[in-house]
Amino acid sequence: MTTTTPSTRKQTSDLQDTRTYKLGAVGADWLDQRVAGGGFVKFIARKIFPDHWSFMFGEVALYSFVILLISGTFLTMFFDPSMEEVIYDGPYTALQGETVSRAFASTMEISFEVKGGLLFRQMHHWSALVFMVAIFVHMFRVFFTGAFRKPRELNWLVGFALMVLGMAAGFTGYSLPDDVLSGNGLRVIDGLMKAFPIVGSYMSLLFFGGEFPGTQIIPRLFTIHILLVPAMILALIGIHMVLLVLHKHTQYPGPGRTERNVVGFPVFPVYAAKAGGFFFLVFGIITLISATTSINAMWVYGPYDPSPVSAGSQPDWYMLWTDGGLRLIPGWEFTIFGYVISLNMLIPFAVYGGLLGFLALYPFIEAWVTGDDREHHLNDLPYNTPVRTGLGVAWIVVYLILALAATNDLIAIALHMSINDLTWAFRIGIFVAPVLAFYITKRLCLSIQRQKRNLALHGEETSRIVRTEAGEMIEIHRPLTDYDRWVLVQHEDHRPLKAGKGVSALRAKATSFFFQDRIEPVTPAELREALEHAGHEKHIIDGLTGGDYRTPYEKVVH
Amino acid sequence: MSNNHDGSTAARGVTTVAPKEGGGFPNPGLPPHVHRQADLHKSAEKRAERVVAGMFLLSVIGTIVFIAAYFLVTPTGRNIFAEEGTPSALWWSNLITGLGLAVAVFFIGAAAVHWAKTLMPDEEMVEERHDIRSSEETREVAVGIINDGLEESGITRRPVIVTAMVAALAALPIAVLAPLSTLGPLPGNKLHHTFWGHNPGQRLARDHDGTPIKLSDVAMNSIFHVMPEGLTHDTPHRMEERAKAAAVIVRIDPKLAKNEESMAMGVEGVLAFSKICTHVGCPVALYEQQTHHMLCPCHQSTFDVTDGAKVIFGPAHRPLPQLPIEVDDEGYLVAPGDFTEPIGPSFWNIHKDK
Repeated sequence: MTTTTPSTRKQTSDLQDTRTYKLGAVGADWLDQRVAGGGFVKFIARKIFPDHWSFMFGEVALYSFVILLISGTFLTMFFDPSMEEVIYDGPYTALQGETVSRAFASTMEISFEVKGGLLFRQMHHWSALVFMVAIFVHMFRVFFTGAFRKPRELNWLVGFALMVLGMAAGFTGYSLPDDVLSGNGLRVIDGLMKAFPIVGSYMSLLFFGGEFPGTQIIPRLFTIHILLVPAMILALIGIHMVLLVLHKHTQYPGPGRTERNVVGFPVFPVYAAKAGGFFFLVFGIITLISATTSINAMWVYGPYDPSPVSAGSQPDWYMLWTDGGLRLIPGWEFTIFGYVISLNMLIPFAVYGGLLGFLALYPFIEAWVTGDDREHHLNDLPYNTPVRTGLGVAWIVVYLILALAATNDLIAIALHMSINDLTWAFRIGIFVAPVLAFYITKRLCLSIQRQKRNLALHGEETSRIVRTEAGEMIEIHRPLTDYDRWVLVQHEDHRPLKAGKGVSALRAKATSFFFQDRIEPVTPAELREALEHAGHEKHIIDGLTGGDYRTPYEKVVH
Repeated sequence: MSNNHDGSTAARGVTTVAPKEGGGFPNPGLPPHVHRQADLHKSAEKRAERVVAGMFLLSVIGTIVFIAAYFLVTPTGRNIFAEEGTPSALWWSNLITGLGLAVAVFFIGAAAVHWAKTLMPDEEMVEERHDIRSSEETREVAVGIINDGLEESGITRRPVIVTAMVAALAALPIAVLAPLSTLGPLPGNKLHHTFWGHNPGQRLARDHDGTPIKLSDVAMNSIFHVMPEGLTHDTPHRMEERAKAAAVIVRIDPKLAKNEESMAMGVEGVLAFSKICTHVGCPVALYEQQTHHMLCPCHQSTFDVTDGAKVIFGPAHRPLPQLPIEVDDEGYLVAPGDFTEPIGPSFWNIHKDK
């Protein structure tokens, strides 16, 4: 295989004669003498990144975060994070004369009076939703392709922390306008905190600076939302990127791609244009949505007051799952020595912690099972790892059931169902559905493997059948090229281990769970045999057709 | 059972990786490059160039629209599409400003991506990877540096310092508790009492306008959202008091009553309950007149008001605390004291008297 060294293209001299180029050279020299820019350019500019649509979700997350920073900065110029009460006297007639907090009043001002204010508010909220979608999809791309394997386990954890921080950023953000919806969200937080044994009521009073709602919570959330959380997110994004460059990006298996190389395009100029351009595309699409689609119309909900609430109170989508468990759990609470243990909160907390913990630790669990300590830079195709893929789908199913359960009132109304029946369906579903999802996904993966195996051995079916003089039917197969076949035969095979000789009984069971059901990969010997057989068949077919595989109809038409 | 790529055996013993039978297949290498239209035809290249330039220019138009909209299509002032200050003016302002900005940024992106995809080289390049781990020499040097540093610091020879340092570093984080504790007051008995208990004998007033309610006002099967009459705009900590004092009164047919103790705390079938859910504290705002169930819209805890507001479905455990009521000389409903137990979500010592 030939290796193109990226930095050795010949330079074009007409470029160097232009005035702009000469000016740039002077600037570059100035910079290089001060910050060693040359070394940086040499290091980064011709780095190769592989190209694939599924690698763009992480980019979407990064870019929507930049849009969050831009739009958020605009909003801080006008938002007043104070819970001091004022009388609303703005242009929105339905609320004129109402007692509202300054936070609410300034959010109204941004929405109704500040030029471009509503646009930037909607962009901020929409990009927060896109940010979280992108993080989740990116995370599961990494999960399903095994891109979390050595050496990238730590970067997986960094990404996981970013996901959790994203939720924190979202929650603290949508609590700021101090409307009925956000206020009730905070009230739920207050209730959750109080459920913690011993320290609960202390936590709540410290967090709210007194009894709920108090006058402290919005200024505090504001500081968390615009300083603490974004600073942590920025720092972790920095680490995420540095590790990405250090490890070099993973690539999908393909001809010419190995564990020891990376095939793709250079940062400069291709990715400067593609990725830089993609930022503007994401920016443009979020702006378009915000220009045309209303989000969080808090003036409809009205200012927060502890008394009203409306049906259909849902948090933003990425927080739904945390509400679902609270709706599904039965009213289990018991008293011991006169003290309350609120299992109806503690069990959902434990479930949420378990779900997040499983996701965070999965790379280490799988590495323990396989014992594989090599570096992996070629991604797995999800169907080649049926159990991992099944576990991922089962995780998503639990997550979705929790999220759906958090919208059970809306579903019940839309489908004219009893909310009690629906809740019971979800209560049962959360135990049954993930098991089913795991099993079905695993079987599907194995079926796909079987189909790919046949494809690799026999080539594509052409739906053209030849009948021999003896009456035998033979289908004409179009053999794959070596390049096409490579993707189907390159993957690794894992086998379960027997206990003993340094393998614990538990690990033996785990390997059996992971690798008991497996499809034998194609071996070179099998392929040789298949090709021989195909050659034999081709001889018969060519003898009958004269090498012309067109149907009689096609021969007439063409 | 398996070897690493460099031929060494796996460091951690047995792996599940199966050896490739027959050594596996040879990697066929990069497939031949397929040229694009713009690589083959001058006209296609020219066309791509025009498209890229055209999209950049479209972005300029978007920028102009965005800036113009800021002055010509404003929400409260000048607006060329709608009457000043109307909701429609806001709608137009948001739309035109937004579309301008969307075009301005989107087409910079579209142009750059099209440029890269059609005109920049698309022949794949190959870069070699290197082990992430440092070389043996580097490791040796690093270990040497660390050992020397440890030796120079004398950390191994001075256990007293180390012990004292560990003590200092362990003690310091405890200091965080001090500023943390000043974030808010201690709960004390605050969560155990409400405005009703602090000011006994309050009339029950309608939540929306503060007017008191007569027994005769309460029709059968109706519901009123109530607050203490004395809890007004001028009450200190108004919101916190409202958050605890919120209540509802319902009137049920005494024949339906399943709970005598609860009925005894009402007047002629008029019963008052806390409106704050005992699950996580949402207002229990929905009342089903037919079944006499109260439903929390947040998590669907359902309370039966004919049976002392006991939980019949959902995540809440405790019944809604009842507010005993009486009728005063003028026929108004009054609350002689507080709820029967602390309102709202359960907490650790909710059942302890304070």
